[in-house]
Amino acid sequence: MCMQRLMEFREVIPGRDGRAVEALCWVGQRLFSAGLNGEITEYDLENLKPQYVIEAYGGPIWTISCNNQGTHLAVGCEDGTVKLFEILKEKIQFQRNLDRQKSRIISLSWHPSGARIAAGMMDMIRIFDTETGRATHRLLVERGVGASKSREVVVWSIAFLSNNTIVSGDSAGKVQIWDGLMGTLVRTHLVTKWDVLALAVSQDESSLIAGTSEGTIVQFQFLSSTMDRQDRDHEWVRTRTFKNHSHDVKALALTDTAVVSGGMDTQLVVHPLLDKVEKNTQEAAQRKIAFPHRSLVGCAKKAGLLLFQFPDHLELWRLGESDGNGKPGDSLTVKRKPEKLLQLKRKGEDHICCSALSPCGGWLVYSTVSSVRLYKLQHNNNISVNKVSKLPKELRSVHQLCFSADSSKLFASSSQSSVVVVALNQLECKYLQTLRHKSDSRQPIHLLSPSDDGKWLAAANTDCQIHVYNLHKMKLHCSVPVYSSCPTAVAIHPTTNNLISVHADQQIFEFSLQQKEYTEWSRKLQKQGLHGLWLKRDTPVTSVGFNPKNPTHIILNDTFMFCIIDQSLPLPESSTILYNQMTLRSLPAPERTRQSHAFKICKNFQHVLSMSLLDDLSLVVVERPLLDVMAQLPPPVRQKKFAT
Amino acid sequence: MVEHGDIRVVHRGGSKIDFRQPVITNDSRFLLCASGECVKVFSTSTEECIHDLQGHTDLVTGVLLRPSNHLQVYSCSIDGTVRLWDFTDGILIKTYVIGCPVYSIYASANHEGVIFIVVPMLGDKRSELFQLVAVHLPQSGDQLVESRELSAVLSNVSSNPADIAFGRGGEYIASAKGLQLKVFFFKKQKSYEFSLKEDNKKGGLNTFTCVACHPKDDCIATGHGDGKIRLWRNFNHKKEYTYSTLHWHHNAVSSLCFTPEGTNLLSGGVESVLVQWRYNQESQRDFLPRLGAAITHIAVSPDGALFCTSHNDNKITIIQSCVKVSAVIQGLVKGESVQTDLIVDPRSKALVLNGKPGHLQFYSLQRDKLLYNLDIVQQEYIHELGLEQFEVVKAAFDASGTWLATVEERKQKSAELEGNLKLWAFDEQTQSFVLNTTISAPHEARITAMCFRQATDSQTTMLVSTSKDGHFKAWQLATPAHTEDEGPSWSCDFVGTYHGLVPECCCFSADSSLLAVSFQEVVTVWSPTSWELLTTLSQPPGAIRDLCFGRLSCSKYLLGTTAKNLLCCWNLLTCSLEWSTSMDISLLLADPLSENMAAFCCQAGCTDLFVFKPSEPRPLFSHKAVCSGTVTRAVFAPREKMLDSCEENSQWLNRSQLHFLTQYMDLMTFTTKAEDDRLMASSKQLVIDDSVAMTPFYLLLGKHRHQQQENQDPMSSLSAERTPLPQSSVAIKELLQTPAHVLPSTSFLCSMFVQSLLISVTDLSGCRENNKKAEEEMESEKEEEDSEEEMESSIVRSEQAAVSVQSAECAAPALTKAQVRELRRLKKLDHSWLAGLLDS
Repeated sequence: MCMQRLMEFREVIPGRDGRAVEALCWVGQRLFSAGLNGEITEYDLENLKPQYVIEAYGGPIWTISCNNQGTHLAVGCEDGTVKLFEILKEKIQFQRNLDRQKSRIISLSWHPSGARIAAGMMDMIRIFDTETGRATHRLLVERGVGASKSREVVVWSIAFLSNNTIVSGDSAGKVQIWDGLMGTLVRTHLVTKWDVLALAVSQDESSLIAGTSEGTIVQFQFLSSTMDRQDRDHEWVRTRTFKNHSHDVKALALTDTAVVSGGMDTQLVVHPLLDKVEKNTQEAAQRKIAFPHRSLVGCAKKAGLLLFQFPDHLELWRLGESDGNGKPGDSLTVKRKPEKLLQLKRKGEDHICCSALSPCGGWLVYSTVSSVRLYKLQHNNNISVNKVSKLPKELRSVHQLCFSADSSKLFASSSQSSVVVVALNQLECKYLQTLRHKSDSRQPIHLLSPSDDGKWLAAANTDCQIHVYNLHKMKLHCSVPVYSSCPTAVAIHPTTNNLISVHADQQIFEFSLQQKEYTEWSRKLQKQGLHGLWLKRDTPVTSVGFNPKNPTHIILNDTFMFCIIDQSLPLPESSTILYNQMTLRSLPAPERTRQSHAFKICKNFQHVLSMSLLDDLSLVVVERPLLDVMAQLPPPVRQKKFAT
Repeated sequence: MVEHGDIRVVHRGGSKIDFRQPVITNDSRFLLCASGECVKVFSTSTEECIHDLQGHTDLVTGVLLRPSNHLQVYSCSIDGTVRLWDFTDGILIKTYVIGCPVYSIYASANHEGVIFIVVPMLGDKRSELFQLVAVHLPQSGDQLVESRELSAVLSNVSSNPADIAFGRGGEYIASAKGLQLKVFFFKKQKSYEFSLKEDNKKGGLNTFTCVACHPKDDCIATGHGDGKIRLWRNFNHKKEYTYSTLHWHHNAVSSLCFTPEGTNLLSGGVESVLVQWRYNQESQRDFLPRLGAAITHIAVSPDGALFCTSHNDNKITIIQSCVKVSAVIQGLVKGESVQTDLIVDPRSKALVLNGKPGHLQFYSLQRDKLLYNLDIVQQEYIHELGLEQFEVVKAAFDASGTWLATVEERKQKSAELEGNLKLWAFDEQTQSFVLNTTISAPHEARITAMCFRQATDSQTTMLVSTSKDGHFKAWQLATPAHTEDEGPSWSCDFVGTYHGLVPECCCFSADSSLLAVSFQEVVTVWSPTSWELLTTLSQPPGAIRDLCFGRLSCSKYLLGTTAKNLLCCWNLLTCSLEWSTSMDISLLLADPLSENMAAFCCQAGCTDLFVFKPSEPRPLFSHKAVCSGTVTRAVFAPREKMLDSCEENSQWLNRSQLHFLTQYMDLMTFTTKAEDDRLMASSKQLVIDDSVAMTPFYLLLGKHRHQQQENQDPMSSLSAERTPLPQSSVAIKELLQTPAHVLPSTSFLCSMFVQSLLISVTDLSGCRENNKKAEEEMESEKEEEDSEEEMESSIVRSEQAAVSVQSAECAAPALTKAQVRELRRLKKLDHSWLAGLLDS
């Protein structure tokens, strides 16, 4: 489950076994979901966990839909009923059943007036009057031709427009336009040989998109056939086709400027509509979001251990070793192979939401929605794991976990934007303090970064705030001025104690904790502006690190590159080549220094999950090739490709 | 220098008919297409060319039906005029002088009295930029009207007529060039421009190739270089325009056309498949595949019943309702170039040259019609651009026409040359060539020349081929030693070299006793029986380009041209140079039926022709500036009937006629004045009566006539006993005595034949209608008739018929009377023409 606004990745609500989400629905600022387990869930968006669960008593729920007024919620159930729930302040309450049908309700759409509701079923569409609960129309959907004639057609998606037009997408590959008042078919567009799985209509109802199981998205526009008679003769005309997915497109949204689509291939794609956005802006670039923008990998810098977080287990690996001598471009022989030390299965049904490994490699902690578990690791010949049994009660529901550099403290972001500090010693842990900031933001903290000297802790929350705490005094030191974009990575410099923050819109800031103001370099960077190509990248920076040998180096990485920013070098002008490492290599040395600029970018790695600099100055990069993810997916629908 | 007087160069058919989009007339009966310097009118039902609209003095670049009068047609030309024609009668109505070359023409019913033409910018003839201008056609009674008032509409348009189209009701005009589409609205006087990106990610070409506008909706269809078709809508907005993409073609879409009601969109390209898209239901489409060659233009008749497609092999296909090919108008097939020489098949006297890809075409010069294509390569041709496929590069016939040798080659990049030498025997039973022997890789390199030994006895046929690998090989027909079921096949007999030089051309002497092979600067003469090198001749500098033995009385001479502009004549008896002259000869060839030789020589961008005898110092005939550019292909085609011209300068045309191909691949020939006159006389009768449409009334009438004829049958058989046999009638006589190639089509003759039998009935009705007058007319005509008895006999017959038919009803008297007159007129003409023929 992901929430997404303005292409900035915010938060993850961890899931739970047996609770696959079939449908989602926003009611104002409230989020509801329903699944095949027959329950409707409302979520607590502050604490990122389910608030309550209501059983609908209609078998598996296929769809959930809210009317425009925000007063009622309709769910379509396996047993053929459409159930109306009234939305109350704190909860929802069952109101009534509409006429029960013989087959399951697959899709639902309210008329904007809220008086009628259209339901897509097997082989037909029903229109209900919500006042009386009676079915007023029955629209029969034609089955596919040929072999699929005997199979009943599923109306996967339906949209009820304000001019009483009903648009349906079905498993025979048709997008059909119906007259909702008369109950007649107006037009059939055969879009694909396979299924049309999702439909989305723009706010002004002039455009609609349909997602198919071929991975294509087809756009339809409501256009007049001739230009003089503007009012009459409008019809839905098939216009563009987008192909951004390899597998089924199951979820679609159409904003004013972009098509947002997601599907079986695990990617969320934001495709801008070029006729609606200005060219050559950040909005005009297509974005593919393949990975969560937060670290699922922990690294013990001193011990050389890696922790991988999966929804249902954790894996601990020891890094391999090599003799460490070689020229640039060589691949070294591995002296000791990486070794899997531990696989830790989680307890309970809830998925793991965060985890951490202490830098010394002695502590391991993970958290689910309901509980936190802390383990003490002992490395002898073989590894032994001991659960720390008594945890302070403040550590219950956390969003982010982090150890201090000397592994003596554990920081956990807790509810209401607070940070719980726990001291760790040999076999017990002690609650020290809860750090709170003074603003009234209640959004959870998603980034925690302690300084190496153990004096500072930076915490960023999804309200774009960054607070810095003094750990010696255990109180708030300062707050960084709020920037409009959410920070994606923060870190405190070990020697200068400057806070580096990188934001979702690719801006970089350096904030001096001593002076409590932006540093000179940061001001210069803001004044000159970042390079256009840097701003055009569509994956956020996920980590910030520093080179202990050279304090002017800042190391950043995102999914497709890593970058060393050398603060001693001049910033790149907009006309200079940003990605110039290859050309620099071919230049003679004096020329090279003249040409080089602050951003040294390496694109050797793809699909990087994490990147961390160990204490022995070796860099650990964890790649997750997208092809491996694809290989685990069911095969896409077979299509004959021309010239194959 | 000899004056060429009454000999002139004429265009001998085979002109390009796929240059511009053809036009189907409103009644779907005629098809008009630009062809060279004239507009040809074809009948859509019979495929015959009805007449040419002649008058332009340069390439015709567009044909367009006049929107306000569907019986008139505009044509535009590079010569700077737009002409208005009545195409049914072939009359030039008006000539509008524009003053600068016109590249295409458009008109719309909404713009009365205005035509839109594409002319070069600033009136500069060599300009690469073109503009679309509107021309107000002045209302004037004169035949020749100056209309130089041009008002610019769009600048920087493409000169390709497919790139501009009028929109719904003529309200706007769409023009595409490169990556930009411009739409100009006449009411608002405002234009909108839409650009595409240069290349999309997958490397397809986004350039516009053609434009078509929907007749009822505001929708513009554009074809693109990567085979996509885009349907543009909402194009009266700068930003909110939208388009949908259709993609079936894998190469550039060359033509797009909406049907008149806008229900379908037709598209075509190099795949040679006509695709029919349903408008607004584009996933449903129909295909008409296997049209033979790449589609260059598509046109639809105004009633939507007929489609026609032009193909790049000089063919127009007429298609009925997208399912059935109803007629094919095929011109001389022209590929990119004629790689084989022009050859005349000794048997059929047809011209043989490259035809469809991988084929040889047999083209009747007399009838200007393709006889058939012989598949040489025998491999499926793949309709795709940029593929290297087998091509026929050489062909040769032996003297009797029983053997045909062909060479096919495929040159692939980075791969070795692939080539086959194939020998074909003429099969008397099937009357076609049958493959006898295939020799794969006959030489290690490209074959440069090939010729048969013109043997008198057919037992010892021999073929000599020369190649870039430095060898020449002699191939001989050998009977197989042991296998009995197989017939004789060809095998290599001798391989010759000369100092490792590369042989360029080879030639047998007229009596086949000598073989001359040129090795760069050296001509070697071999004896083909003993394969001994007899002598070498050389005239450096310059490699030998052409070799030719003299014929008949001049057979002791060997002529050669060199690359250094020298024409040499060696005497083989003395083995010495007889004479030489300095001229840049691009082609030298000998007339097989006389001593004459023709030399095309290129000077200052023009080609001059000299005809001479090797033994005489003075040329028989010379013609300056035969055509522009160099002539590289020519042939002497033997005449069926010898001319007996005694004039000195036209004697060389008595036995054979010289045909040649210009650089624009037009087939030209030389004619004498006598021939011209004869052709003019015959062409006057070739007006085909195609005016009776197949209406229900016609069917009724036809049935009625049929019955009438049946009624008469017993009677006519009775009368036949008494009257002389129809053989003696003038019409029949003409029919039987005229050479077949100048006769009109059989369908026409048939009706004439029948009419000559029916003459009595029609006469009678005519007589009865207005007795006196008709009889007077007949009297006057009778005096002119040569065979009076014939006439009398027909009158006798008519009277007899009158008696018997009186009871029966008689039909359409006025019409039949007109027919009588027509026939009379024809007869008169026929006669004089026949006399001319007999004289010749």
